[in-house]
Amino acid sequence: MASPEDTPVGRRLRLVKHIIIVCSGKGGVGKSSVSTQLALSLRSSSPTARVGILDVDLTGPSIPRMLGLDGHPVHQSSDGWVPVYADGSEARLACMSVGFLLKRKEDSVVWRGPKKNAMIRQFLSDVRWGELDYLVIDTPPGTSDEHLSLVEHMAPVHSRISAVIVTTPQAVALLDAMKCLSFTRATSIPLLGLIENMSGYVCPCCGEISNVFSTGGGEEMARREGLRFLGSLPVDTELVSLLDATEPDDQEANVMLAEGGSRHSFRLLERYEKTSTAPLFRAIVEKAMTALPALEGRE
Amino acid sequence: MIAIQQAVSTPDPLSVPANAPEHCPGTESEFAGKADACAGCANQETCASGAAREPDPALPFVRERMSTVKRKILVLSGKGGVGKSTFTAQLGWAFAADETLQTGIMDVDICGPSIPTILGIASEQVHASSSGWSPVYVQDNLGVMSVGFMLPSSKDAVMWRGPKKNGLISQFLKDVDWGELDYLVIDTPPGTSDEHLSVVTYLKESGIDGAVVITTPQEVALQDVRREIDFCRKVGIPVIGLVENMSGFVCPNCKNESQIFKPSTGGGRRLAQDTSVDFLGSVPLDPRIGKSADYGVSFLDEYPESPASIAYLDIIDSKSHFPCIEGTRG
Repeated sequence: MASPEDTPVGRRLRLVKHIIIVCSGKGGVGKSSVSTQLALSLRSSSPTARVGILDVDLTGPSIPRMLGLDGHPVHQSSDGWVPVYADGSEARLACMSVGFLLKRKEDSVVWRGPKKNAMIRQFLSDVRWGELDYLVIDTPPGTSDEHLSLVEHMAPVHSRISAVIVTTPQAVALLDAMKCLSFTRATSIPLLGLIENMSGYVCPCCGEISNVFSTGGGEEMARREGLRFLGSLPVDTELVSLLDATEPDDQEANVMLAEGGSRHSFRLLERYEKTSTAPLFRAIVEKAMTALPALEGRE
Repeated sequence: MIAIQQAVSTPDPLSVPANAPEHCPGTESEFAGKADACAGCANQETCASGAAREPDPALPFVRERMSTVKRKILVLSGKGGVGKSTFTAQLGWAFAADETLQTGIMDVDICGPSIPTILGIASEQVHASSSGWSPVYVQDNLGVMSVGFMLPSSKDAVMWRGPKKNGLISQFLKDVDWGELDYLVIDTPPGTSDEHLSVVTYLKESGIDGAVVITTPQEVALQDVRREIDFCRKVGIPVIGLVENMSGFVCPNCKNESQIFKPSTGGGRRLAQDTSVDFLGSVPLDPRIGKSADYGVSFLDEYPESPASIAYLDIIDSKSHFPCIEGTRG
């Protein structure tokens, strides 16, 4: 009999050391922004780190926009789909999203479960990720088809999967985060920890901190459930604008496309490291990474 | 390489069974049971016989139940966390403020039901009677149905794939004793997937009066909302208009307004223009809105003087938006 690793997905992800799923239960709490920051921080964690980011939010892909890769096409090679490299020729930050496959950005992907399932399987088995230290997977809200498909298809590499839960502090979001936690427990995916996002907003005018979406709820939940609390992130308008970046004008875009997007993306990382969130996030990543080796020993 | 699965061409939400093979042509297609992918599928025989091409048996019951509902309004957004459920709740409360109107709220966000918490009825349960499931009543003229009422504990996750979600939605529409309703407001999950297709297909005959689309000002959200409007057009739901939520934040200390989510590409107003959709208004971000939702109290009743309440009421009261539907449906 074939070994359990011997499925197309298992073979393709053989050279991926760690797979980190970012999930939240509730929408709009910052999964994609956390995934993007996680990928950027992991990439700069060592000069040779190779990171992949896979966006399985099929009906609302945001990762291309956040990495400034809107409108890039995906190329097919004899060895599968070539991911889009956010850092151009350095090729240490690979990205794949259904957003790259849409002809127009306003096209909606109206798919039921089985088609989403097939797309996810293809993303996992047909993308030429190559050797990766980390594969960050951004998920849609909820605990449904996409999540079940991910877990199912990645069964051969289950021992390398871990998850990060993102929440905002208000009760409505925590409720959904609990559901997400139940999901990781039901599927026995170990949790690296919990991140509380949008915790407080600093008024640019007077410096007063407002708790726009309340505060402390995530930390409280982590304590109650015995989870590692990775840290809280305030609302950072600078970061919002950076990840939301307006499209470069056409001429610049053409140059960028010709150069494989390198110019723009370097700028993204440089500019990201200047935001006030970057150091906070670095601490979060360090904390999350201390949890990784502990997972190494398990089956 | 990417083909868009047309919602209109799949009138049966159970069209693709849970145990279907990957390239299942859909039980209604003329290739059902005959395509290559069907070889070895447990349902092949049923599909090939044509029995699956019959209309969904639930449809007549949905039509029957919905015949006493005057207006059906969808609240959509594409992106999560932009305030769909909050808006749905405010809309419900505002309609219910008129004692002569009967309003229902149906929460089809199966994996993340927030409506029970926002309306302050999270601990309630659904009761079954001879005429069907009774909605949970917030007040005499505001009934609510959500999967949240059916879970043993709020921690429980509903880990369902599409077909099971469709089954529940059809039950919400045919088995719930809604009674005579003036408005049925339907809160949806983010995205454009099973839940949306199911609602649309089940209500096709009874007719959906329109959809209110919610967004926040930043481009990442607008992108998803653009897709949602595209979806509405594909399946033929009239868009009542676009509401921009979380636009601007007034610091409680210095009273200066700042933009948390910057409208880098012109915000909701510009999107409305570009897609020729009515712009209904923008609601500023107010921390008390989230807090009210957490405690399950009506923000409109608690803080009637706040700019956000006024903005909400302006949108809801602008009778030019809601009765225009009335007119078109005669």
